[in-house]
Amino acid sequence: MNKSMYAQLKSNITGYMFILPALLLFLVFLVYPAFEAVRISFYQVSLNVSRFAGFGNFIALASDGTFRIAFINTFKYVLVIVPLTVAFSIFVAVRISEMNGKLTALYRGIFYLPHITSAVTISLIWSWIYNPVIGIANYLLTWIGLPAQAWLSSPDTAFQSVAFVILTASVGQPIILYTAALGGISREFYEAAEIDGAGKWRKFASVTWPLVKSTTLYILVITTISVFQIFVYIQILTKGGPTNSTTTIIYELYLMAFTNHNYGYASAMGVVLFLVVGIVSYFQFKMVTNAET
Amino acid sequence: MKFRTGDFLLHTLVAVCAVVWLFPFYWALVSSFKTEQQMFQIPPIWFPLDPTLFNYTDLIQRTNVVLWTFNSFFVSLAVTFLVCLIGCLAGYAFAKIGFKGREVVFYAMIATMMLPKYVLLVPLFRLMKEFGWFDTYVGLILPEAASALPFAVFLMRQFMYTIPSELFDAARVDGCTEFGIFARIVTALTKPALAALAIFTFVRAWNDYMWQLIIVNSDRMKTLPLGIAGLQLENVVVYGRVMAGTMLSALPMILVFVAFQKYFTRGITLGAVKG
Repeated sequence: MNKSMYAQLKSNITGYMFILPALLLFLVFLVYPAFEAVRISFYQVSLNVSRFAGFGNFIALASDGTFRIAFINTFKYVLVIVPLTVAFSIFVAVRISEMNGKLTALYRGIFYLPHITSAVTISLIWSWIYNPVIGIANYLLTWIGLPAQAWLSSPDTAFQSVAFVILTASVGQPIILYTAALGGISREFYEAAEIDGAGKWRKFASVTWPLVKSTTLYILVITTISVFQIFVYIQILTKGGPTNSTTTIIYELYLMAFTNHNYGYASAMGVVLFLVVGIVSYFQFKMVTNAET
Repeated sequence: MKFRTGDFLLHTLVAVCAVVWLFPFYWALVSSFKTEQQMFQIPPIWFPLDPTLFNYTDLIQRTNVVLWTFNSFFVSLAVTFLVCLIGCLAGYAFAKIGFKGREVVFYAMIATMMLPKYVLLVPLFRLMKEFGWFDTYVGLILPEAASALPFAVFLMRQFMYTIPSELFDAARVDGCTEFGIFARIVTALTKPALAALAIFTFVRAWNDYMWQLIIVNSDRMKTLPLGIAGLQLENVVVYGRVMAGTMLSALPMILVFVAFQKYFTRGITLGAVKG
C-alpha cells in the first residue's frame, strides 16, 4: 500500500468516526421512521394487529367526512394566516427599522415574545382571555359598547379566534428577518428615488418591496410549512371543535393514532399531508428560484 | 425632520399592536398574583395592589411542578449537550476531513430537514415502545436530539468552512491527532457558533410539546409545558394555578431571549441564508 492510499484510508476512517454518532441518530430516528411511516400507511395497524391493506387506508380517507373538514380547515388556516403574516411583518418591520436601534430591538422583542414563550403558554392564556363568561375579551368588548362574543365556543367565531392567536405567534420571526433585510438596503436607493420625486408609498413599492423579495419568499415558505402543521393551538384551545370547525389534519392524525390506536390510518393521513406540503413547497421554491434569476 | 400626521398615525398603529401582543403576558402575570376572588372581579383589577403568592405556593404544594421543572431543564440541557457535541463533530468532518461519500451523506442529512416531524410520530412512538423507552428520559431526549441534528450539522459545517485550514495543518505538522485538533482547536474557535446553536436547541427542546405529549405517560415524567397544559384538562380548572404555571414555563424562555437577543437575531438570519 503506497503512502497516499494509506493517507486516504486514514481520512476515511477518521471521517466516519467523527460522523458516526450523527449518522446513528439520523438512521435510527429519522430515516427508519420515514420509511416505516410509508410502509404502515399501507397496513391496517392497531395495538396488536397488523395486516396488509393496500390502498385501503387512502380509499377510506377519501370518503372520511371529518378528514375532509380537517383538510379544508388546514388550507383555510394557510390561506388566512400566511398572507396576513407577510403583510403585517413587512408593515411593522418598515416602521420599526426607521426608529432608533433600542426602540427597534424593543419592538422586535415584543412581537417575538409569543413565539419564544411557546404555543402552549399563549394558548393557555388566550383560552382564559376568550372565556365567554369570565374572560377579559368580552369585558373589553362590552365596555366599548360592542356585543359579547362566544369566541371559541361557537362554530361561527372559533376559527377566526384560533387563527388570530396563531397569527400573533407567527409574525415574530418574519419581523426579525425583514428588519435585517431592510438594514441591508443602501440609503442611496432611497435618495435616488427621492430625487425622482418619489413619495413614501412609491419608495416602498419600487425600492423596498423588490429588494426584500427573496426574504419575502423565504418567509412564505417557512410560514406555510409551519401553518400546515398546526397542532398545539388546536389541542389546547378547542380540541378541534365546536363541530370540527377548527380541527386540522395533524390534530385528526393525533387523535387517530394516540386515542384510537389506528396507526396505519393515521400514517396514511401523514403521508397525504406530506405530499400536499411537498407539492406546495415545490411551487414556492420554484417561485424563489424564478425570482432570483 | 418634518412632522407628518400620516407617520404619526402609522406609528401609533404599531404601538397599539405591540400592546395587543404584550397584553396576554401582562394579564397572565398580574392575574397570577391575584386571589381567586380578585381574578373574577368586575370591573377587573388591572393592577393588584396587594399581590399574593398564593397561586404559586398552591401550584407547588398540589402538583408535581418542581419535578416538571426539573424534567424540562434536564431534558432540554441533555438534548442541547448532545446536539452541540455531535453536531460539532460531524460539522468538522464534513468541512475539513476529505472522506469517501462525504457529500452524499451530508446532503442526505440536510434533506431530512425538509422531512416534517409529524410523519415520523407514529413510527417513532412504536419504536420507543419496542425499545422500552416509552415514558422514559431516553425516549424524551434521543428523538428530540435527532430531529434537531440536521440543522446543527448544517450550521456547524458552514461555520467550520470559515476557519482557515492552515490552522489545522499547522497542528497536524506538530504531530497533533485529528481528535487532538478537534478537542483543542475546533472547540475553541467555534464558540460563537456553538453558543447560538446551544440557545436555539435549548429553546426548541423546551417548547417541543407534541413529542413530549406522545412519549410521556406518568405525571412524574411530565415536562413543565405538559404539566401546565394538563391542569387545564381537570374537571374544575383553577385559572390562578394555570396562570402561575404559564408564567413559570415562559420565564426561562424570556430570560434566555433577553440575555441572548443578539444570538437569536443572528441564528434566525443565518438559517435564512440560502446555500
